[in-house]
Amino acid sequence: MKKVIAVLLAVAMLLALAACTGGKKEPANTDEQTTAAPEANDLADLKVGFIFLHDENSTYDLNFINAAKAAAAELGLSDEQIILKTNVPEGQECQDTAEDLVDAGCSIIFADSFGHEDFMIESAKAHPDVQYCHATGTKAHTEGHANYHNAFAAIYEGRYLAGIAAGMKLNEMIEAGQFTAEEAKIGYVGAYTYAEVMSGYTSFFLGARSVCPTATMEVTFTGSWYDETAEKEAANKLIADNCKLISQHADSMGAPTACELAGVPDVSYNGSTVDQCPNTFIVSSRIDWTPYFVYAIKAAVAGEAIDTDWTGTIATGSVVLTDINEKAAAAGTAEAIAEAKAKLEAGELHVYDITTFTKDGAQLDSYLADVDTDADFTPDTEVIKDGYFHESEMRSAPYFDIEIDGITLLDRNYG
Amino acid sequence: MHIVKRDQMAWYKSWLIRAAAIVAALIVCALVTVLLTHKDPIKVYATMFSGAFGTPRRIWNLLQNIAMLLCVSLAVTPAFKMKFWNIGAEGQVLVGGLATAACMILFGGKIPNALLILVLVVASILAGAIWAVIPALFKAKWNTNETLFTLMMNYVGIQLVSYFSMYWEAQKGSGQIGIINQSTRAGWLPRIGEYEYLLNILIVAVITVLMYIYLKYSKHGYEISVVGESQNTARYIGVNVKKVIIRTMILSGAVCGIAGFLLVSGTNHTINTTTADGRGFTAIMVSWLAKFNPLFMVLTSFLLVFLQKGANEIATVFGLNKSFSDILTGIILFFIIGCEFFINYRIVFRHSHKEVK
Repeated sequence: MKKVIAVLLAVAMLLALAACTGGKKEPANTDEQTTAAPEANDLADLKVGFIFLHDENSTYDLNFINAAKAAAAELGLSDEQIILKTNVPEGQECQDTAEDLVDAGCSIIFADSFGHEDFMIESAKAHPDVQYCHATGTKAHTEGHANYHNAFAAIYEGRYLAGIAAGMKLNEMIEAGQFTAEEAKIGYVGAYTYAEVMSGYTSFFLGARSVCPTATMEVTFTGSWYDETAEKEAANKLIADNCKLISQHADSMGAPTACELAGVPDVSYNGSTVDQCPNTFIVSSRIDWTPYFVYAIKAAVAGEAIDTDWTGTIATGSVVLTDINEKAAAAGTAEAIAEAKAKLEAGELHVYDITTFTKDGAQLDSYLADVDTDADFTPDTEVIKDGYFHESEMRSAPYFDIEIDGITLLDRNYG
Repeated sequence: MHIVKRDQMAWYKSWLIRAAAIVAALIVCALVTVLLTHKDPIKVYATMFSGAFGTPRRIWNLLQNIAMLLCVSLAVTPAFKMKFWNIGAEGQVLVGGLATAACMILFGGKIPNALLILVLVVASILAGAIWAVIPALFKAKWNTNETLFTLMMNYVGIQLVSYFSMYWEAQKGSGQIGIINQSTRAGWLPRIGEYEYLLNILIVAVITVLMYIYLKYSKHGYEISVVGESQNTARYIGVNVKKVIIRTMILSGAVCGIAGFLLVSGTNHTINTTTADGRGFTAIMVSWLAKFNPLFMVLTSFLLVFLQKGANEIATVFGLNKSFSDILTGIILFFIIGCEFFINYRIVFRHSHKEVK
């Protein structure tokens, strides 16, 4: 009897398969309908899709999710008008998810992870009427699709300002006699030895050294954007190695938690960790994606072109610092940050001023960075001009990848 | 109270018990949903269906995901039927995928596409088979523990993929290969008409039928069953047990290799450590639930993929975390696996006084 059931079921499944393959015209038809539909000129009919690599348990994705909700609130979009897809891996599933969002009537789709880029481009090619906005990617300015865009922010400026808070804290601890000026060593937990991370820790370090000239830094890499255990262990390793202050560029609560347990001050990233770390959290820099989301959605609705490569700045409100935790921060931190911020905005101060750092003991007067993402991935663009390294100006995604003196890389992880 | 093994139960009774288990699972899920999230459970179930079947594209994605899970499940089945605990399918799939990706990168555009695809198939089958035969050889020669051996081969496979992601990375430090041959589409499995995944699905359908015939009607299939039931019996009737173990693992690895090929050349067109996406482990459940019958596996892999797709949709529509959908999936699987106990055993309550009949 079991055999009969098995055969029957198999036949049923095969029929189901045949039925699906038989209904050939259906998918094609819906494609045409949906690609034609999203020319909504009105915010009320608009649907916006978001693709996130993880969910709100990752500080990186949480920062995006919050921005998506804030942008929707600012534009007066209802909950039904924004579709958030979490835990979308960096593979074909990203493209399938984007297509699914098009089917649902989205006329603009955002994705938040570097590895989503190729799959967003594939979907963008198939739906020229839908706008695709990919954060942290590098290919929009060389791929040349009118509906595919990259965005990032000049977060190195935020890192620099957060670095000032770190330097002030080091100075305070030196004055209190906790250690000597020569022992002022910062520890930094990075994800990969990748330009985005290198640009981040270097600007942070330069900010700290601008107020604490004897500061040095050690960097270690976890080889993952999100690995709570590895990040915690990395922070503990740095603390055991006599680092007096920790900062990180990886997305879990690993490093901040380790700092709170060890009582070591921490400058965080992606958002405030003051609730979990009330005694050690000083300040955090983060990218606020809300201005970009609002800008891109408005442009899409108005039928205007979205920048191929959009760079958020302090002026656009994209590069922000969280509230300073007065309990952990040194006195006068807010004033020092405000002063430096004003100078950055006025163009009097440049983070990568070539007189403030050296490479192998010598000042750099010229540097070629890999700005154009072509098949060769070779350095192609001169980025040192007018006495400073022009970060995030030739392209929104960071390309500063110089290993400067004063920073020791304990290990390297290229992925 | 004690537990007694049942005789063979009438087929309709066992299916009645299974159906009752699913109904009970749905009721418990509904209760959990209402108590924890205050959402309407009927709406939640409707959302699950819409997540799996809501649009033609979703149905295609569902079928594609069933095909991939089924392919890996078919691969592990002969080994499991032989009671060789091959939990290394994840690694075998990845290595098969890695061989495919490697050939796409190295030969893409240099040889005709038809030849390239042939090379991809051969390379992926070889890679998967080699990855599977290593633990089998050790088992046959030195009686090493295959569970640990195949498990550890997974990690070696994952690290190899990690290494080559870095070696062929599209951008220094990013650790991402990106889509391979995006402009030329060299080595991409051709699509039939409009349907991206149709060829994948058809290939797996053919493998399903072949595997059913192989296990059910071939001499090899019979030998696998005998070795699985009792190695001593197998020896007694003159079956070369070592040969059967090695041969079956080569087959198992080869089919895993094909799954890797389909995932890289037919689906993702790239490779990273998450390409196999845990299917190597889920496949074990699919295979066991179906009692190693390839045709039932169509049903069990459908069930698991449906739950996963539906669960993702719940997370999106109701703003619930993915963990909540994992809870629902867990409850449903608990009931389905648990009901097999009541099909195989019955509980007898023994009273202290003699019953008068």
